[in-house]
Amino acid sequence: MSLLRYESQVRPALVDGDKNYHDVTEDICRPVEVKPSKLWWVGFLISVGLLVFGIVSVTVEVIYGTGQWNLNKTVGWGWDITNFVWWVGIGHAGTLISAILLLFRQGWRTGVNRAAEAMTIFAVMCAGQFPIWHMGRVWMAFFVLPYPNTRGPLWVNFNSPLLWDVFAISTYFTVSLLFWYSGLLPDLATLRDRAKLKWRKFFYGVTSFGWTGSTKHWQRHEALSLVLAGISTPLVLSVHTIVSFDFATSVVPGWHTTIFPPYFVAGAIFSGFAMVQTLLLVTRKVLGLSQYITIEHIEVMNKVIVLTGSIVGIAYLTELFISWYGANQYENFAFFQNRLNLASPYGWSYWIMMGCNVLSPQIFWFRKMRRNLLVTFFMSILVNVGMWFERFVIIVTSIYRDYLPSSWSTYYTPTIWEVGFYMGTFGLFFTCYFLFSKFFPVIAIAEIKHILKRSGDGFKEKMDGVEKEEVEEFAEEQLHEH
Amino acid sequence: MSVKKFIVGNFDDEAVLFPAVKKVRKAGYKIHDVYTPFPIHGLDKVMGLRETSLHTAGFIYGISGTATALGFITWALTTDWPIVFGGKPFFSLPAWIPITFELTVLFASVGMVLTFCYLCQLAPFVKKDHFNPRSTDDTFVLALECTAKTNETEAKAFLESAGAKEIVVVNKETEWWLGRYDKDDTKKIKKEEPIS
Repeated sequence: MSLLRYESQVRPALVDGDKNYHDVTEDICRPVEVKPSKLWWVGFLISVGLLVFGIVSVTVEVIYGTGQWNLNKTVGWGWDITNFVWWVGIGHAGTLISAILLLFRQGWRTGVNRAAEAMTIFAVMCAGQFPIWHMGRVWMAFFVLPYPNTRGPLWVNFNSPLLWDVFAISTYFTVSLLFWYSGLLPDLATLRDRAKLKWRKFFYGVTSFGWTGSTKHWQRHEALSLVLAGISTPLVLSVHTIVSFDFATSVVPGWHTTIFPPYFVAGAIFSGFAMVQTLLLVTRKVLGLSQYITIEHIEVMNKVIVLTGSIVGIAYLTELFISWYGANQYENFAFFQNRLNLASPYGWSYWIMMGCNVLSPQIFWFRKMRRNLLVTFFMSILVNVGMWFERFVIIVTSIYRDYLPSSWSTYYTPTIWEVGFYMGTFGLFFTCYFLFSKFFPVIAIAEIKHILKRSGDGFKEKMDGVEKEEVEEFAEEQLHEH
Repeated sequence: MSVKKFIVGNFDDEAVLFPAVKKVRKAGYKIHDVYTPFPIHGLDKVMGLRETSLHTAGFIYGISGTATALGFITWALTTDWPIVFGGKPFFSLPAWIPITFELTVLFASVGMVLTFCYLCQLAPFVKKDHFNPRSTDDTFVLALECTAKTNETEAKAFLESAGAKEIVVVNKETEWWLGRYDKDDTKKIKKEEPIS
């Protein structure tokens, strides 16, 4: 018993059913080892279709320029940067789950971290597309890198938030990828050692890098995971902080607010958890993993959603208050005319944002709602609609009416190619996710085994007797001492 | 390439393996390695492995990232081509914090992962023996190396008394080699077997 770290009965089990180590391997490897279902093919082909639509849209944009997106003189960022911020935000939940919750010793992260990390990587891949193609002359994209060039060399502007973004997003992508893949190694080795087919042995043999499970290797692996988690924690906070600097360091009314960094980070976690819910609710159902991604996991994530949603709500109200209290006429106009006023051209988007992000998540104060899968699924989509509108509100309502009324753009509407590009990133995201769920274990097998004896349902029951005994013993001792 | 002889005990519970490793060490057997499907905290200490210095390496990589960023930006914006941005001084340190931080993280993580792969000899097409393919599933494998002093039957009996479910004696290659897992290339090695 000395080996088992004691966990109270009050905590719900993280793995349902009476499982042993072999069952865990079997359950999680099965979806990878069987032929994909019809449903998988349907989903995959739809995703590929969207991806093709996206590629066509981007091609049109590259040939004819960003004018194809209906961007105009004041609204230069439109859907494109809205989508960029939206996707980056979604990515944040994966790192939060894998890094911050590792440091906080949250056992429930083990059921969801692998899929959430994969989601992060795919979301950041999608996000990266937008600033790159938004450059217009995309073949010049490498100009953002500080390389010795024949123009002086003329270096990039290291003082610019847009350049900070280049460094932040690329670092974030690299570190997330390394973190995810180093965690995958032991599980890929599990798949390799179970493989019967020749191509599987080859594929998992190559991808598992010759992992053996030696104690020394595990020791180093643990050290690596801990340090990567430690440095990913400030990294994930810094990334969305820097994204918010893109706006906050400018002098545009509506963007020029100091509350942006915490407000953006909370919003990112909020939308990211919603996306994790959307994906995992489907994944657990389709792959039959509901004993590993339990209703407890879903409830905990809903708690995070209501917390971060409320933080975002407070941030919205603070912004409004400060714009009134600051008594700056331009700030006032941006907030009270361009946003709050429902009769203004984009007033509706502000109220969609408020409804989806602030009001609707309050439903999760009720335990019954947090544990209702249908409500959770619906809410997870609603939240991401709301978070998309948040970015749309921030970008478009702040710039469609400039200081000069003569350059006010009457109405900015996206074109089919702008929408197509956005749909294309959905295609990219889901194509990657479908391939991931087919070829990689969507749950961290080794990590589940690690917590199995502490938090597994079957083992918790066995520990039950131990707990009662100890508590009674303790009570008796106390009684005799006093 | 060196082939050695091993006595391999397979355990099905880490709670049995743990005291067994202690006993085996006390009895003076030479532990080659213990292969487990998941990390077992404290097992490295019981086996007498020293704490890894990977953290220190990570710190050094991180610091070198900080130095690279600060050094390069300072040189580029104050010496090589000073430009006034928004009336700020050439040496505007606060604006450089984000990139400095990002490079610190980037260097630390990339460096650590590469060091980890180097130390553990992990790379595509690297192949190693780990005695029992179920050691990545549900079996805990304790491999004892046979030295000149080792009495084989005694050692087997010892492992059995310590709780091993299945004990085998095998000759195995100890080093890594380049190979593919879909091809059985162990035969080639067995030919060179030097042990009688």
